Amino acid sequence: MPDLGKYAFAVLAAYASSLSLIALLVLISLRQNRRAKALLRALQTKEDPSR
Amino acid sequence: MTLWEYANPVKFLRLSERVLPVLWPLAAGFLALGLIWGFFFTPDDYRQGATVKIIYLHVPAALLAINAWFMMLLGALIWLIRRHHVSALAAKAAAPVGAVMTVIALVTGALWGQPMWGTWWAWDPRLTSFLILFLFYLGYIALWQAIEDPDTAADLTSVLCLVGSVFAVLSRYAVNFWNQGLHQGASLSLDKEENVADVFYIPLLVAITGFVLLFVALVLYRTGTEIRLRRARALQLRRNRQ
Repeated sequence: MPDLGKYAFAVLAAYASSLSLIALLVLISLRQNRRAKALLRALQTKEDPSR
Repeated sequence: MTLWEYANPVKFLRLSERVLPVLWPLAAGFLALGLIWGFFFTPDDYRQGATVKIIYLHVPAALLAINAWFMMLLGALIWLIRRHHVSALAAKAAAPVGAVMTVIALVTGALWGQPMWGTWWAWDPRLTSFLILFLFYLGYIALWQAIEDPDTAADLTSVLCLVGSVFAVLSRYAVNFWNQGLHQGASLSLDKEENVADVFYIPLLVAITGFVLLFVALVLYRTGTEIRLRRARALQLRRNRQ
C-alpha cells in the first residue's frame, strides 16, 4: 500500500466511489439483460410452444 | 458487407455475442492494469502529492462522459436520417453509462479539488458545464422512460441529444473558451510541454484504454438488452391484438 499521507481520504474515497459505481452499473446491466432474455423466452414459448 | 448490415437487430446480436466474450476480459484486464499501475507503482507529483493518483479515474471518466454523448449524437443522427432502430437503441443504452461516467468525473473532481483548491465545488466553466451535461443525461434517460411509443421516444430523445451536444462541446472546451476558473487545462496534449509527465502518462493511457473498452462492452451488451425488450414488446402487442 503506498503512503498517501494527508491525502489518503481523497484518494481512497475516489477509488472506492468510482469502482463501486462501475460495479453497480455492470451488475444492473447484467440483471436487466437476464430479465429481458427470460421475458422474451417466456413470450416466445407462449407464441410457439415447440420452441 | 457494409456497416449498415449491423442495423439489422439479428446481425447486431450475433456480432455482439461474438465480440463480447473477448471484450469483457480485455476491458477488465486493461482497467485493472492501468489502475493498479497508477495506484501502486507511480510516484507522487511534486506539487499535488498523492492526489495525482486520482488522475487515472478522473481523466478517463471525464473523457468518456463527453464522448459517450457524442456517440449518442451519432446514434440519434442515424435514427433521424435513416430510421435504424438499433442506432436509437444504442444511444439509449449508452446514456446510463455516460451518466455514471459523468458522476465519477464530478465526484473524483470534487475529491481532488478539495485538497488542491480548498473547495469541493466552484462555479467554474468546466465544472458547471459538466454538471449541466449530467442533467442532460438525466433528462435524456427520463424522456425515454416517459414516452410509451418507442419511435416517438426515439424522435424526441434524438432532438434532446442534438441540443445537449452544445454542452458536451462546452464541457470539452470550456477551459479554452473562457480561459478562467479553477480547473486546469487538458491533461492530455500533443504539446510535450503541456502533456503530463511520461511516468503518469503511460499508466493513464492504459487506464483510458480500459475505460473505453468497458464502455464499448457495456454499450454492446445493453443494446442487446434493449433489442430483446423491443422484441418482447412487439410480441406482447401482437398477443393483445389477437
